[in-house]
Amino acid sequence: MAVQNNGVSSSTTSTQPLWLLAEITYRCPLHCAFCYNPTDYDKHTQNELDTKTWIKVLNQARDLGALQLGISGGEPLLRDDIEIIVEEAHQLGYYSNLITSGVGLTDKRIDAFKKGGLDHIQLSMHDITEEINNFITNTKTFELKKKVAAMIKDRGYPMVLNVVIHRYNIDHVKEILEMAEALGADYVELANTQYYGWSLINRNQLMPTKEQIDHAELVTNQFRDRVGNKMKVFFVVPDYFAERPKKCMNGWGEVFMIVTANGDVLPCHSARVLPNMVFPNVKDDELKGAWYDSPAFNKFRGDEWMKEPCRTCPEKENDLGGCRCQAFLLTGDAASADPVCTLSPNRHVIEQAVLDAQNPVLQAQPIIFRTDKNSKKINNGEEKDRLGKFHAVP
Amino acid sequence: MATQVNDIYKIAAHHRFQWEKAQDCFVILFPEGMVKLNASSGEILKLVDGLTLVSTIIEIIKKKFPGVPEIEKDILAMFDFALEKAWIQKTN
Repeated sequence: MAVQNNGVSSSTTSTQPLWLLAEITYRCPLHCAFCYNPTDYDKHTQNELDTKTWIKVLNQARDLGALQLGISGGEPLLRDDIEIIVEEAHQLGYYSNLITSGVGLTDKRIDAFKKGGLDHIQLSMHDITEEINNFITNTKTFELKKKVAAMIKDRGYPMVLNVVIHRYNIDHVKEILEMAEALGADYVELANTQYYGWSLINRNQLMPTKEQIDHAELVTNQFRDRVGNKMKVFFVVPDYFAERPKKCMNGWGEVFMIVTANGDVLPCHSARVLPNMVFPNVKDDELKGAWYDSPAFNKFRGDEWMKEPCRTCPEKENDLGGCRCQAFLLTGDAASADPVCTLSPNRHVIEQAVLDAQNPVLQAQPIIFRTDKNSKKINNGEEKDRLGKFHAVP
Repeated sequence: MATQVNDIYKIAAHHRFQWEKAQDCFVILFPEGMVKLNASSGEILKLVDGLTLVSTIIEIIKKKFPGVPEIEKDILAMFDFALEKAWIQKTN
């Protein structure tokens, strides 16, 4: 989410959460190889929060100042109370967004969302070809997505398409954008895969080459020049190919608050990978205390926690040292510089990852799709060798 | 396409303008983003309703903030900025 001031004055720094992401369920009919959900999500599919608790969460977050609400998952439409949640969100004054694969979106449900005051729907698309759509999601959902896009347009919603970009679809970016244009999209997010959760363990199968990314960016810019303001295209740069890390989540505990299916309150989607952290849970804790006072939310606020080279870096305000989860996953130290940074002593880890992804032997290893079965296997330690290759041991 | 005094604006489709108590400011909300407005921009956009002429808005603001030099120029510049950002659109 872009948080901007209007260029006239006012501060952009906020200690209030502006964005609440409700990861309302980890159940999902799709099995995307690039999913950023935790690989151990199967542990959290049995203890989902009930409707009453979600209503409480919406009220508490709104009191704290949250404005933008993302209803996400998994596939949120697998729950039958989204209508109630949408209505409550609207009454509270949220700008609400349903983030969906489209599976389970019927005429009846979309009409109820419209009536309840849902502001927009973000639909995931995967490719222009049925073959790749079905391959990467491990489902037959190609035709359905087009049908859902038409339903969204028909109800007068802004059409927001999210396309995760990886090796299998990156050479189709031009055609994907043309498809989005034909569907009447208002916003398209070309989200180059970030490597967390399932995408991390499939990194060798998903990561494109630098040349492919450069070409995709060129094609995107040409498309932007042609369509102008009619369609907003975001191109999320893949950080492995950058020289500086991303300002992850716009700062730890600065703007975003995530409440997971089982009620954990997190400063970012994958924070639970970090060691020795106790996250608040809405079943026991108020969001106000979670946001302002919990050790977890204060752990990486500001720059006191930083080590060298970040601590004295003149650029530290630009990226706040990058992503804590990526730093931990790839270097074993959550307080170290994100290894994406060329000033990091661990930059070689990123360079090796880029090389590995071009290694035909590693490329040929099977994809581990995001399925309940695979999540159970991971929880049982059966994929320890595969995971070990992508997770630094502290 | 600079703003003219006989233009009429409305808040752009898919955008929502509202007062936020917690932030103590007006905001514009839209898919994937939001903008916190400073006090003067908020006061101006509050008057944007798809019916009121820019000239009328200028008069109202002038009365509200008497003696501010070049206020008309600032208001027109603010409208140009908001139009460029697609927060507002012309109705006439």
